[in-house]
Amino acid sequence: MSVLPILDVGLAFLVVGLAAWTVAARNLFASVVGYVAYGLLLALVWIRLYAPDVALTEAAVGGGVTGVLLITAGKRLGALEKDEAGATPALALKIVAGALALFVAGALAWVVVTLPDPAPTLAPAAAAAADGPGAGLGNPITAVLISYRSFDTMLEKVVLILAVIGVWSVGADSAWGAAPAPLGRPQPAGAMVLLAQILAPIGALIGVHIFWVGADAPGGAFQGGALLAAMWMAAMMARLTEPPRIDARWLRLALVAGPAVFLVIGFAGLGLAGDFFAFPPAFAKPLILFIETFMVLSIAVALPLLVAGPPNGRSAR
Amino acid sequence: MSALFDLFSFAAIGAGVFFFFAGTVGLIRFPDSLTRLHALSKADNLGLGLIVLGLLPRADSALAAFKLVLIWALVLASGASTAQLIGRALRRGQK
Repeated sequence: MSVLPILDVGLAFLVVGLAAWTVAARNLFASVVGYVAYGLLLALVWIRLYAPDVALTEAAVGGGVTGVLLITAGKRLGALEKDEAGATPALALKIVAGALALFVAGALAWVVVTLPDPAPTLAPAAAAAADGPGAGLGNPITAVLISYRSFDTMLEKVVLILAVIGVWSVGADSAWGAAPAPLGRPQPAGAMVLLAQILAPIGALIGVHIFWVGADAPGGAFQGGALLAAMWMAAMMARLTEPPRIDARWLRLALVAGPAVFLVIGFAGLGLAGDFFAFPPAFAKPLILFIETFMVLSIAVALPLLVAGPPNGRSAR
Repeated sequence: MSALFDLFSFAAIGAGVFFFFAGTVGLIRFPDSLTRLHALSKADNLGLGLIVLGLLPRADSALAAFKLVLIWALVLASGASTAQLIGRALRRGQK
């Protein structure tokens, strides 16, 4: 048992060291790879802090989806750089940016160091609330997310939709409604196709499983949705399927389904359970699972669209 | 009986750790990307396989054991294909 603290300290140093390396890396691609590894290490940290739900989210979103997003963004930046060669930021701008980063980091560090002891916490209140309206769910995290702070959870998905709209709005006016550029190269390597064909069905099954067990065990809508999103992206990279046209009706419906269903049931709670976003106790569990099903759908659709980028009138890159 | 299982776990996990160690040494010491890739895939495939084998007798249920094997199989599939993809990209880069 006495080995564990040493491993924990080693893990902490590794995370900080990798973070420093990621910031210092000169090559964009290298720093993205560093960031992905950093996300996976953070997932291990969350496991050690007994927060497997957060660890799953960190591994799927911090390590996986954000990594793909940054790599595609890096590729596009590389293409832009050729047009704006020699436009390195001036020294003054670098100093201001550095000072700003230092100020934010310093302020954060100061807040963390001067936290009162014991730290103020809503955990007992949340646990009590999860025992009430969220009862029937074995996983208190899911109960808190959907029941105690349901409004926050709903708004998080609205933010995702706003981000997708933001990405779409970057495209040219003439391309509006068209599909984003394909994710993969025109002739994907055989290994990529094979991987997508093997991985996507199994991964989709695991994604649904993680969402389903989220009611009683670590897992949940976001983790499951992120996995489904990753599988869709893998299929698109292997060119087994193409990014959909952004004016497709099913796509728009899938995007808004999660928050819309959540809002409708939240308003229904006003009449049925006496409060906005309150669930009638007898139906709490099926209602929560019903809402989460549509949340999974929205997340699984929104994340790949963020990666696919703005609509592009041309059929191929 | 359980002592025998423990011994088996110990041996298999120990062998797995050895492969991970050897793979890491290779990753650091080998001269070029292709040989480093070779070292890495040994660690992933054999090292993880042996560790999973060692963990099997310790699994709570048959389902848990199946999940362990599934994890290994998924790592095998993704490791082998990404090694292919990286190798291909390297060869394109060399031309």
